[in-house]
Amino acid sequence: MLTFGTGNKAVAMAVRDAKPVVVAAYPITPQTEIVEELANYVTDGSLDARYIPVESEHSSMAACIGAAATGVRTFTATSSHGLVYMCEMLHMSAGARLPIVMANANRSIGPGWNIGAEHTDSISMRDTGWLQVYVSSVQEAYDVTLMAFRIAEHTDVLLPVMINLDGFLLTHITQTFETVEPDDFIPPIATPHAIDINNPGGYGTLTPGDTHFKFRRDIERGMQASIPVIEETEADFARRFGREYHLYDEYRMEDADVVIIAMGTFGKEMEVAVDILREEGIRAGAIRMRWFRPFITPDLDGKDVVVIDRDYSFGFGGVVANELQAKCGCKPFSVIAGLGGQEVTYDDIAEFVRIQRPGTEHWFGVDD
Amino acid sequence: MHGMRSILPAGPNQYFIIIHVKYPKERLDTMAIPDEEFLLKTTSACAGCPSSLILRYVTKAAGTDTVLVIPACCTSVIQGVYPTTAMNLPVYNVAFASAAAVASGMSEAFRAEGKKTNVICYAGDGGTIDIGIQALSGALERGTDFLYICYDNEAYSNTGMQRSGATPLGAMTTTTPGGKKDHKKDLDAIVAAHNPVYQATACAAYPQDLYNKVEKALTIPGPKFMHVLAPCPPGWRFPSEKTVEMGKLAVKAGLWVLYERENGKLTITGASKAAMKKRIPVEDYLSVQGRFRKITAEQTAEIKKTVEENIARLQREVDGIC
Repeated sequence: MLTFGTGNKAVAMAVRDAKPVVVAAYPITPQTEIVEELANYVTDGSLDARYIPVESEHSSMAACIGAAATGVRTFTATSSHGLVYMCEMLHMSAGARLPIVMANANRSIGPGWNIGAEHTDSISMRDTGWLQVYVSSVQEAYDVTLMAFRIAEHTDVLLPVMINLDGFLLTHITQTFETVEPDDFIPPIATPHAIDINNPGGYGTLTPGDTHFKFRRDIERGMQASIPVIEETEADFARRFGREYHLYDEYRMEDADVVIIAMGTFGKEMEVAVDILREEGIRAGAIRMRWFRPFITPDLDGKDVVVIDRDYSFGFGGVVANELQAKCGCKPFSVIAGLGGQEVTYDDIAEFVRIQRPGTEHWFGVDD
Repeated sequence: MHGMRSILPAGPNQYFIIIHVKYPKERLDTMAIPDEEFLLKTTSACAGCPSSLILRYVTKAAGTDTVLVIPACCTSVIQGVYPTTAMNLPVYNVAFASAAAVASGMSEAFRAEGKKTNVICYAGDGGTIDIGIQALSGALERGTDFLYICYDNEAYSNTGMQRSGATPLGAMTTTTPGGKKDHKKDLDAIVAAHNPVYQATACAAYPQDLYNKVEKALTIPGPKFMHVLAPCPPGWRFPSEKTVEMGKLAVKAGLWVLYERENGKLTITGASKAAMKKRIPVEDYLSVQGRFRKITAEQTAEIKKTVEENIARLQREVDGIC
């Protein structure tokens, strides 16, 4: 059904259509509309779920853990300070192999108070064992939220999935999008290690080092196994509903000499920038990274690479640029831009390509 | 599969030993405590451990359709090391601050599926009074159908006896080597302010009273809370065979009052009925514990005053004049 709404609303509608049994909710800007919408759906009966109004984000993930442990589908949403406050529970949920799905509205972290888009919140959760996907349109927010449940709950994966959407730039903009009838696109959840009263066991008990070590490796196996599961889920989604997704998005890459890489809402801006550069005779292309964990490495051989990071790891650099460099051996021009919701236009992005110097770092809009 | 799940030891259940306790014959008639054990022998508890003693009676009262949610505490260790467990019930071990919130999610999920499974948080005083109090407050306020049991050994005993908000005035811990300068936090008043459907205190020294309260609590839907005194031999510095004696002294001195509050009505129970009228000197309790070795005369007087005020407050509530 064709409808229109914000990125937040698209996520909420997808959650409604995925039919979770438990939703834990705590408000934080710019995610709040998601949990408000879900409260409406539970109140008007269009979503038959237990809605738990928790007292903190630490507890929203804790409540999801308790519910998911019994083998039911769960969802929550957060942003920024909320995400970093629940950090401990992100580790606990992934370590317990619970297929929880969460939306994170990417937002900067204080001080000072700033509610603009920034990826530092989710990027700093990269080692928790959560899958992370970044979307760039309202339609994609809806589609990926549906897919996230199927991917997380797949018995080869059994890891939680975080859907990241840029605060305000996507959570608060309105676009038309199409909802679907998922039917059996998301199979019934069947968590193999769900609590069974008739077969009692201890979960997360004291675990010696050698065994703990093995469990850590199992998480990595789940993470690697998620790649074919993501591909298969995206292919089935395209077959059923006609919208195609890939591990990463390519734009005019066939003969590109220079490639612009970024995550999130930079995606569409990059495409316009590529068109502008092509008109100037620069053979540019763009790759929008969709999955940050598992980290999907595109083939960048022989190309100049310009990476725009809406994040920063102090004492290290732009995270996407440096992770790409580590994985691909490329020497990107690392642009730090858009932090705290800083406005970055397609003209700005085209300019990054014109001024690029491989292997250096550029802070957009900062005069030293 | 997918790790993190410990199971009962394989084989002919050699650790599955039914513990038959010999009680005097005349008392047997009043005892309704089942023989079935859910906390099996060969745990890694310290000698004389009150926490495992309490857990034994809690689980007997709760029965098989029960999940325990346990934050970091002594019981994280007591239940044993992967891949085996001393618990014959599903046990979900969770982060320190999160027990009550995990229980909220678990209880809602069970109820949504039409299951009546008991969800019991079993947490120490640090995990309840300090780091876990926010989650506890939230779960009580939003009416989670669960039972939260705080076993209170008055310190962070699992990490080696550090001060907690539950440590009493004058007690030495490894972080209050000169004795604690502050009073014990009044957890029960904080919980009472949430008006739970059932609230009780108990003590490891009085298992029948404890058993009865857990059994009753679990028949009532909604948030239930129990605060159980757990005299800890290594933490309180008394011989390990004196756990029960130490609990009885606390109750007889009026430092710990056994009661239950149901539908807003307070009832004094068990040995505390007598202690409300006549108490042994507080010194009889303090002097037999090494942790109070440095307590001052002023602090002892402070504790006496607190005891008398608390007893008077509870009596006023019983009399309906609070």
